[in-house]
Amino acid sequence: MTVIRLNNVRKSFGTFDVIKGVDLEINPCEFMVFVGPSGCGKSTLLRLIAGLEDITSGTLAFDEKVVNSLTPSQRGIAMVFQSYALYPHMTVYDNMAFGLKLAKGGADEIKRRVNEAAEMLQITDYLDRLPKQLSGGQRQRVAIGRAIVRDPKVFLFDEPLSNLDAALRVQTRLEIAKLHAKMHETTMIYVTHDQVEAMTLADRICVLRDGNVEQVGTPMELYEKPQSTFVAGFIGSPKMNFLTEKFADAYKAHTLGVRPEHLEVREKAGTWAGKLIHSENLGSESYLYIDIGAKEPLVVRQDGKPSRQPGDLLHVSPINDNVHRFDQSGYPARA
Amino acid sequence: MPVAIKNTAFYALVVLIVLFAVFPFYYAIITSFKTGSALFTIEYWPTSFSLANYVSVIEAGSFPRNLLNSLIVSGLVVALSLLMAVTAAFALARVRFRGRSLLLLTILSVSMFPQIAVLAGLFEVIRLLGLYNTLWGLIFSYTIFTLPFTVWVLTTFMRDLPIEIEEAAIVDGATPWVIITKVFLPLMWPALVTTGLLAFIAAWNEFLFALTFTSSTETRTVPVIIALLSGASAHEVPWGLIMAASVIVTVPLVVLVLIFQRKIISGLTAGGVKG
Repeated sequence: MTVIRLNNVRKSFGTFDVIKGVDLEINPCEFMVFVGPSGCGKSTLLRLIAGLEDITSGTLAFDEKVVNSLTPSQRGIAMVFQSYALYPHMTVYDNMAFGLKLAKGGADEIKRRVNEAAEMLQITDYLDRLPKQLSGGQRQRVAIGRAIVRDPKVFLFDEPLSNLDAALRVQTRLEIAKLHAKMHETTMIYVTHDQVEAMTLADRICVLRDGNVEQVGTPMELYEKPQSTFVAGFIGSPKMNFLTEKFADAYKAHTLGVRPEHLEVREKAGTWAGKLIHSENLGSESYLYIDIGAKEPLVVRQDGKPSRQPGDLLHVSPINDNVHRFDQSGYPARA
Repeated sequence: MPVAIKNTAFYALVVLIVLFAVFPFYYAIITSFKTGSALFTIEYWPTSFSLANYVSVIEAGSFPRNLLNSLIVSGLVVALSLLMAVTAAFALARVRFRGRSLLLLTILSVSMFPQIAVLAGLFEVIRLLGLYNTLWGLIFSYTIFTLPFTVWVLTTFMRDLPIEIEEAAIVDGATPWVIITKVFLPLMWPALVTTGLLAFIAAWNEFLFALTFTSSTETRTVPVIIALLSGASAHEVPWGLIMAASVIVTVPLVVLVLIFQRKIISGLTAGGVKG
């Protein structure tokens, strides 16, 4: 039930500013995801909240109490690292119990909590093994278990799935979602560069760009009302189409954004027309690349198999005029 | 058969190298079993077997005491320099501070001074500290010379340990001391054994400081005592005793290396420590 408040938080390494004044409030029990391209400062921001890096200026408060100068364990956080970061010479049990032993917990209490966490993550059978005897997915579960055992006020994840293969990633993603449901009194912050993870896990997403917060909102808010071309391009897959010049002028915008899933192919009299240059068939859906004379081909999503051959002339229209209008600076056009 | 020739040549070379490395020690052993005028005949196979030399070395006055001195000095030098080197390596490898690389280079340059160049200065320091003719004087001066090497090796090793493991420990509430002792030390056994053994050998074999900083027989270490062994007259070199003493002195080193052999090998290939 911890509320986290960042007030004009800055971080610089020497003369290089990584975080350039972040104001952000993370609600109690919320699952907040920091997302952005590599180098945007999302991991640094998480490490500032964790206490692994010093805040250059600004304040960080947990429940109205400024924690800038507290150590990670005094802040009551737990963290899951990208590379698992298990202690190689300790068994799974000792890995999970290490923090509690340092905090001078009673032996029975430690045992109970480790077993509880192990059961939750189904790693009870591995408790006396060493990390090197486990697979990647099992190691990451131990790392999550080590964090659970500490019963943290704030639970931090630093790209926990990026070392796992695709199938395991989906499975572990689901487990993290279940974990959030179970630990519903814990505030969680999750860093990823993968927008699918962000969309599926988050209560709210914070999109970062070059050390600044670009937009904060629920996944659907970001999807439906992106506050900049950056967010619009980052959220959604395949990427939103951006049209400029005469295509945008018709909508009184500098840049016109249309998602591939909001376009439909018509027999005639579409808004735009062009030749099909390529199509990708995924079975359940397909993506058509149409050259309508803009800088880049227009991507259109279609249910099922592609119905046309490359070279065919196609007419395309936005469904229900579902377009996003942006002005010159990349923000939503008002007029 | 080219393969057969290759193999033969390979093993011939191996035998040659082993002979070259082991022969001096072998010759010392067979000589130590000889007595009287047999000592001065050149023979490559053991011809006589007598423990008389060993008995007289051990019974002759101070030798057991000197052996103990050597053990105490070398053991304490290893313990002290590892303790200081591990803590220093943590700071040098993991804590960012101004002048870190300058400090590392300074430490390395200390090991470049020839012993003889600092002998006089060190002698004054030891006299000033009142350590002259004590084992502490030797421990003090040996530690000075083993530390640069141990610090440098352990710093390099510690730098290669994954930073996330340290951060995980910080999140778990570990202080730097707990991180060093509970997390890093268990991962550093190979490096500790390797550097510790090399420090032990260096202290065990050291001659110049031991000769200079001690004056009485009770405080001398084995290398000096062996060199100062004298016969009945000034013109007689007691080869039998010297060889017996040399063999006795070598045994602890051989035993140590055999015990830690596997650790040394994994220490030399270390760096693949991934969580």
